[in-house]
Amino acid sequence: MSMPAPYTTEQGAPRPEEAVDALSVENLEVVYHHTIQVLKGLSLRVPQGQIVALLGSNGAGKSTTLKAISGLLPLERGHIETGRVLILGKDAGTSPPHVLARRGLAHVREGRCIFPDLTVEENLIAGSYALPRGKPDYDIVYNYFPKLTERRKLRAGFLSGGEQQMLAIGRALVAQPSLMLLDEPSLGLAPRVVAEIFGIIERVNREQNTAILLVEQNAVAALSIASYGYILEEGRVMLDGTVDALLDSPDVQRFYLGHGTGSDGAVQSYRTVKHYKRRKRWLS
Amino acid sequence: MTFLDFYEYSLIGLLLGGLYALIGLGFVLVYKATRVLNFAMGEFMMMGAYFYFSATVLMGLPWWAGVGIALGASAVLALGVERLVLRPLVGQPTISIVMATIGLASILHGTAVMVWGADQWRIEPIVPRAPFFLGDAMLPGQLVWGFGLASMIILGFVLFFRYARGGVAMRATATDPHTAMSLGIDAPRNTAITWVLAALISTIAGIMVGAMTNVSPELGLVGLAVIVVVILGGLDSIPGTIIAGLIIGWIESMSVAVFGSGVREIVPFAVILIIMMVRPFGLFGTPEIERL
Ligand SMILES: Nc1ncnc2c1ncn2[C@@H]1O[C@H](COP(=O)(O)OP(=O)(O)OP(=O)(O)O)[C@@H](O)[C@H]1O
Ligand SMILES: [Mg+2]
Repeated sequence: MSMPAPYTTEQGAPRPEEAVDALSVENLEVVYHHTIQVLKGLSLRVPQGQIVALLGSNGAGKSTTLKAISGLLPLERGHIETGRVLILGKDAGTSPPHVLARRGLAHVREGRCIFPDLTVEENLIAGSYALPRGKPDYDIVYNYFPKLTERRKLRAGFLSGGEQQMLAIGRALVAQPSLMLLDEPSLGLAPRVVAEIFGIIERVNREQNTAILLVEQNAVAALSIASYGYILEEGRVMLDGTVDALLDSPDVQRFYLGHGTGSDGAVQSYRTVKHYKRRKRWLS
Repeated sequence: MTFLDFYEYSLIGLLLGGLYALIGLGFVLVYKATRVLNFAMGEFMMMGAYFYFSATVLMGLPWWAGVGIALGASAVLALGVERLVLRPLVGQPTISIVMATIGLASILHGTAVMVWGADQWRIEPIVPRAPFFLGDAMLPGQLVWGFGLASMIILGFVLFFRYARGGVAMRATATDPHTAMSLGIDAPRNTAITWVLAALISTIAGIMVGAMTNVSPELGLVGLAVIVVVILGGLDSIPGTIIAGLIIGWIESMSVAVFGSGVREIVPFAVILIIMMVRPFGLFGTPEIERL
């Protein structure tokens, strides 16, 4: 059953000596409803202060990976069969999400998941619960996302998609996490807004020294700010390497960056990859 | 019916409606937090009234000690129920949890019969009985005081949810518990607190109702009438519940004035039937919520 990842170019992201990883996922196998296996032995690392991209097509198991890390998995009837998750070197074990959040982990879920009936300000107040102690500093958020400032008193449900994504990230920033998991922040946003938000993500990473695991379908955008990337296929890492190595890889160029097919990246490449994989299985 | 009758019965109905709104608040809190219509709410009222009765009548304690004991005992009861019955059912279909609350209602009812017997008991009202006069209308003292207390409690909750940090966390938990947890909010604890708050509200309402009528295992039946109020109010809306409480109270009072007290139990249900045919998600409810 276990198939070696044939395209692995390096053994994980480069790591400064002695420093403990912000996140280390070891050999994770995840099953939903005790029957559907989604992750089939996944390992990845996010060194402190770095942005690592996790790419892959629909249903590859990207969101599942994030849920397994943040403790949301059991709430959605999923289970970690084997493997473990280390956050800042500490085994996450079976800690519930709110405990992990207070340990410095922030999970910005797919589809933003802002509280639509709460105002912008109240959404940020909800985010302050992950702060173990001390007074929350909402100005940090308004500094990174000035657009939210004038919307403070507005119900979050009335924000535009881009503003909602900003709020979701800002809400996570209130607690000044050491590790952020971002699930498809570009989802449904215009290229200009994506560029704006990714610029801010990069600034947060640089200025707050926040380690980020960035899940994306938009490979071009993700690789433009990440230093390392993993490509997930059907619950396994099919390929990983530094961003430069990935950008040089012909497979990545073809199926994730859309080179040669002349497409815009994500959507079309999904179909081609499916096709390609089927062909590969025939040949092997 | 003279104009004075109309005026007086209207006021009495609205006062009664305030009490319904308070009981309805207990339903709404639990519904918002868990999407469950708690059919045992009336029985929580009954237990609260019996705790008060035991402390003041059987043990001879003063009223304030009785209130303290009743609130404390109800809180413990609610915590136990949440821990032993409801938490293990998290993730089960809503209908099973609703069935569990119906089962819980009959267990509490049976317990009350076993412990205190099926007799009716009197408790002394805490507030003065002396009637109030508003123009020519004479209003029963207990009803006016009860309305005042209910208004204060409801206002307190509204302010808490609107302005307190903990209120924001509870609203966040109610909308999306998983996301709330991912933000560091202890959602299971908030849910347990919600049950306790609902039980405290029921206890206060139970003592008031018990003093106006009698304390008996059947006291919980008021809860059934209030289910009409919360369904009309839209299940998840506090303002909706307040308005629905006033409407049902007024209609009930008017129909008693016109047709006599025999119709009292039927009227709320007849009203609900008509309104739900026109607006299936209640007067103020969120349209997409699941009907039960
Ligand atoms: N709660 C669940 N119960 C059962 N199966 C699930 C559940 N959540 C996800 N899955 C399945 O697991 C697989 C991986 O889903 P996941 O959401 O992790 O994919 P993804 O890589 O994030 O995809 P996308 O890019 O579409 O968001 C899918 O086949 C999905 O149907
Ligand atoms: Mg996903």
